[in-house]
Amino acid sequence: MRERYANMFKRLEAKNEGAFIPFVTLGDPDPETSLTIIRTLVENGADALELGFPFSDPIADGPTIQKASLRALQAGMTVEACFRLITDVRASYPELPVGLLLYANLVVHQGVEAFYARAEQAGVDAILLADVPLLEADLVEAAAQSCRIAPVYIAAPQAGQDILREIARRGSGYTYLLSRGGVTGTETSAGVPTGDIIRQLEAYGAPPAVLGFGISRPEHVRDALRHGAKGVFCGSAIVRIIEENVNRTSRLTEKLAAYVRAMKAATRPLDG
Amino acid sequence: MNRDKKRYFGAYGGMFVPELLMPALRQLEEVFFEAQKDAAFQKEFQDLLTEYAGRPTALTRCRNLVENPRVTIYLKREDLLHGGAHKTNQVLGQALLALRMGKKEIIAETGAGQHGTATALACALLGLKARIYMGRKDMERQQPNVFRMRLMGAEVIPVDSGSGTLKDAVNEALRDWSASYMESHYLLGTAAGPHPYPTMVREFQRIIGRETRRQILEREGRLPDHVVACVGGGSNAIGMFADFLRDETVQLTGVEPAGKGLNSGHHGAAIHQGDKGILHGAYSYVMQGPDGQIEESYSISAGLDYPAVGPEHAWLHDSGRARYAAATDEEALAAFKLLCSKEGIIPALESSHALAYALKLAAESKHETLIVVNLSGRGDKDLELVNRILEEKSDA
Repeated sequence: MRERYANMFKRLEAKNEGAFIPFVTLGDPDPETSLTIIRTLVENGADALELGFPFSDPIADGPTIQKASLRALQAGMTVEACFRLITDVRASYPELPVGLLLYANLVVHQGVEAFYARAEQAGVDAILLADVPLLEADLVEAAAQSCRIAPVYIAAPQAGQDILREIARRGSGYTYLLSRGGVTGTETSAGVPTGDIIRQLEAYGAPPAVLGFGISRPEHVRDALRHGAKGVFCGSAIVRIIEENVNRTSRLTEKLAAYVRAMKAATRPLDG
Repeated sequence: MNRDKKRYFGAYGGMFVPELLMPALRQLEEVFFEAQKDAAFQKEFQDLLTEYAGRPTALTRCRNLVENPRVTIYLKREDLLHGGAHKTNQVLGQALLALRMGKKEIIAETGAGQHGTATALACALLGLKARIYMGRKDMERQQPNVFRMRLMGAEVIPVDSGSGTLKDAVNEALRDWSASYMESHYLLGTAAGPHPYPTMVREFQRIIGRETRRQILEREGRLPDHVVACVGGGSNAIGMFADFLRDETVQLTGVEPAGKGLNSGHHGAAIHQGDKGILHGAYSYVMQGPDGQIEESYSISAGLDYPAVGPEHAWLHDSGRARYAAATDEEALAAFKLLCSKEGIIPALESSHALAYALKLAAESKHETLIVVNLSGRGDKDLELVNRILEEKSDA
């Protein structure tokens, strides 16, 4: 397994910081601007990237990321174009952890092995399939292993002991922690992760827990880290900045830069 | 692919949903299999089917429909069921399961409004609160059903995302459920979606084939040569087929909507033209583009307008136990008109697809042939549409 996530968590731990990991949909609003956006995220403090592939039927996503998918698809984004974009990102940032978050049909349609091999070639570190629960993880496990791509699983609020143990046994890279039900979006803020789930994940030796869904303000970041999360994902809030500034690229990058710097600052100790 | 007996049909099926929904699906699975073995539950379900929904439905021999003297066609009259279609059967079953789970809210999706109407009536009857997602385009096309649902106390929520049709309504229902599963049950309308829905819906619809088998043996003293049903998601077909699966002499045929033609790009024939893939929780045949994006389906009948098919049908197709044919809009419309004028029965446009195929079989038969068609619903809901199409044709 590649070590980029492990290295990032080690480096951040040494500084007593949490990870700030923005999410964007690849190709939103168009391939070229998407690359500019991703560079802006990284240059302003993103510790890793969570990248979505646009899909016609994103059942785990709220309206903001649904619209991002549509924009990307309308801009002609394809699976192969996504991989080419990742290849460019990888070339610029050799040590940056890059994870994918996408829907199973895109993978199955390409052929699971072919998809993972292409992902490895593009420099992907981890893949989380939004609609493949642990129970169905056999679908991709062998391919993930042979391509040295970390399989990532979701620890949901109602996850029982057996599920958390499975996540520890089968997951790598990071664990996607949810503190609430529902879909992606800031319409409902993140809850506070129950310290119990994080402690249990740690006790079982699961990969570091990163909290997602509904993170949009610096206090959400501080709350998550205070309760034991090792980092946060921030998707819809970032995608909304893109949505509000389509066709105004310089304004878009300014806004994104300021937002990412503020959110990243919240991952640092207050009196550090 | 993992071939868990319970959740897979051959390679098809599974539970491809966000991890968040797994506890809700596991609970449903457990409660469903428990209820299957619970005599009190079964009795309550049977009583509702008999006293409320009006089962058993008739098996009607067509008197004038077929010219070929060697051929007899019977119609299984699900059009006579309360609510006007077979949908009521399984909705009552799932509503009882919701009560058993202590859930007071029901989420459902609907395309034409038939499943929504069935859901609304069951919820009114059993004191459940219904939230029904319906594409905005479908709401405009199916005003009377929107009114029906609202009369019976259901909340109908317009869906604007995507193309504003059934597929998008399912997406929205799933999104709602992933936030509300502690209090709500998702009452999926067909034998598709993640396990346990395909199995559960089949079991609650099995009554169709069970009655048919008994009725045809009583009337004809033998099993039919052909059993024909239309297939969108596939619930009426699987309910009709289930009790005939072991009767190897019975040819089972599902009829997909060929829309404007299988090669027109405007159809809903997932088995004929789809690729294997994952949509709404199941691995099955799915209509998709070259890059794996799901395509829009099309059919004159909204109830067949779905870009995938239930996983058990995918398996019955691959295993050869059932055959899948297709009928175009035109063929369905011709069958619709013929049944009205020859037998005095107005069929749903969905069921007219099955009838169209049966008529083709009948015309070609050189031997004594006994055919049963599942007349899955009545056509009142389609009158306005058919009227408009016929007027346009006579103008042209």
